[in-house]
Amino acid sequence: MTREEVYENLNEVFQNVFDDDSITVHDETTAADIEDWDSFEHINLVIAVEKKFGIKFTVGEANEMKNVGEMVDIILERMPA
Amino acid sequence: MRELEYPFDSEDLYTRKKALKRKLLEQLDEKSCLHKKIAILGGSTTRDIKLMLELFLLNYGIKPEFYESEFNQYYQDAMFPNPELEAFAPDIIYLHTTYRNIADFPALSDSPETVQELLDKEYQKYVKMWERLFRVYHCVIIQNNFEYPYYRLLGNKDASDMHGKVNYVTRLNCRFYDYAQSTENFYINDINYLSAQYGLDKWSDPFYWHSYKYALCVPAIPELAFSVAKIIKSLYGRNKKAFVLDLDNTLWGGIVGDDGVENLVLGHETSAGQVYCAFQEYLKEYKALGILLNIDSKNDYVNAVAGLNHPAGVLKPEDFIQIQANWEPKDRNLLQIAKELNLMPDSMVFVDDNPAEREIVREQIPGVAVPELERPEEYAKIIDRSGFFEVTNLSEDDRKRTAMYQENAKRAQEEAAFENYEDYLKALNMKAEIKPFTPVYMARIAQLTNKSNQFNLTTKRYTQPEIEETAANPDYLTFYGKLEDKFGDNGVISVVIGQKKEKALHIDLWIMSCRVLKRDMEYAMMDTVAETCKKQGITEIYGYYYPTAKNGMVKEFYALQGFEKIKEDEQGNTEWHLSLADGYEAKNHVIAVENDL
Repeated sequence: MTREEVYENLNEVFQNVFDDDSITVHDETTAADIEDWDSFEHINLVIAVEKKFGIKFTVGEANEMKNVGEMVDIILERMPA
Repeated sequence: MRELEYPFDSEDLYTRKKALKRKLLEQLDEKSCLHKKIAILGGSTTRDIKLMLELFLLNYGIKPEFYESEFNQYYQDAMFPNPELEAFAPDIIYLHTTYRNIADFPALSDSPETVQELLDKEYQKYVKMWERLFRVYHCVIIQNNFEYPYYRLLGNKDASDMHGKVNYVTRLNCRFYDYAQSTENFYINDINYLSAQYGLDKWSDPFYWHSYKYALCVPAIPELAFSVAKIIKSLYGRNKKAFVLDLDNTLWGGIVGDDGVENLVLGHETSAGQVYCAFQEYLKEYKALGILLNIDSKNDYVNAVAGLNHPAGVLKPEDFIQIQANWEPKDRNLLQIAKELNLMPDSMVFVDDNPAEREIVREQIPGVAVPELERPEEYAKIIDRSGFFEVTNLSEDDRKRTAMYQENAKRAQEEAAFENYEDYLKALNMKAEIKPFTPVYMARIAQLTNKSNQFNLTTKRYTQPEIEETAANPDYLTFYGKLEDKFGDNGVISVVIGQKKEKALHIDLWIMSCRVLKRDMEYAMMDTVAETCKKQGITEIYGYYYPTAKNGMVKEFYALQGFEKIKEDEQGNTEWHLSLADGYEAKNHVIAVENDL
């Protein structure tokens, strides 16, 4: 999966979790950019992303990602080729 | 909503919970839904538990309002004055505590006495909370038991040695169960079973504890919330009441009309035959809970009955109240069964292996439960986990229900033998007991207020503590009615609550079980209400009718009782008046009434 394809899938996850079809995310997107993205919704987001891509984040990763770009890096690194 | 029926896709629920909530709120019928206040006192993070619980409750037609304790403040909220919680006045308090909240475990060097003291201390901490909560809030308490620890220092011995954590948790749970057995309005939410069912390794995945202080894994939260929601909907009378079962390839393998009784797959000779026997055994157990079994089958009647008389069959024709075996559409048969039983069609569970039949019934009859069945060996599991009949209070009545319906069938035969209906009623030798609420019947009275939908004038719901308070309040008159006849005892089947205001009585609640329709019991009740009023110097009675989707049958109830309509609004709410100043003429002539007058 290319980075672009990851983003296509990721946008869908964000749109579902935040119930807002207008959301698109990119490398620099952070929790500050999306209104409902608080620490609780972060959990749901992590679970939804894990499910979508069939991967698992570690405790450290899940809680220390700085922006969406870092999340995508981990997804690409961990996804089955 | 299909998404919230077992087996649900937890992760999907999570991802789409906002959209689902929106949809549920759109669908919710404000008029018939119940509003309930639920306080969640947690020993770990509870936020998503609340959100998921909300979805499941909305799906049951219960609109919740929540109080949520601050993180891990369950003990403080329970034990100390809390103006916010007091103002909130919860109907239900859910104590979400887990293994993570057990403060001390036995040390390996502890003596048996020390371990016992530790156990007593932990248990007493909870008892003190429950007792204070009951005292201050007069509400229902739902308490988690404890799940097993996620590691076992002693290995297998952890279960049998008093120093083991598994052993300690087991013994603590047993203490909780003893308390539950002897305490009304107290219910255990069995997370010990839930976590086993879900898989303890997954359930207690430490990722969620260390990341978010969730005591269970987040994907399991829908299971937990569903479990709590099942207890709550059961308390408020949203349980199903009857099975409507298909025969061919549901209760046995094969088609009785084509294959013949002798060739049905049923019996202990083959694996497949055992599967159907096991399912029949499972269904038969429901009779003891008062769940009514009925047949809805596309078959000639004789073939259906022949199949049910199969020598290896566990269920026999006499186990069923209604056997509809014909070539009519199944939804029409289901409606007929509901009518014969005087139950609402949405209180039925329709069990059929055929997806097309399921779809028709689901489409035609809103609210009816139609579990998705695939493999016969899993029928029982799917029905079981769905919690259609979640037991919270099992009354004597429940245990006798099938017998009571069978007595009704005998009454119907008797009725056919009389030309005059009143002669028939007199021949029933009916005896009623109509008296103020009394402790032995409080549970049944509360149950009736929550289960009666059709013969219910105001559809006001009461919890048992509220019923007890009303009974003790001198400003209210309360009546329960119990009816028996020569065929059997119907138990408590009618409840009336009136509020006294000077020389008037305002009837807040008037309900009757449809089991005793057309027996003149409502007149016997009114006679006792009127006589009681006269004795207490009350000269005016006011009745109220609030229409719902289900109580159309009592629209003219007060007119039949000789009341005069004095008010009606656009929604069809009506107010009625009867004056006792010029005397009252008794209307019941067929039931011998015993009351306290």
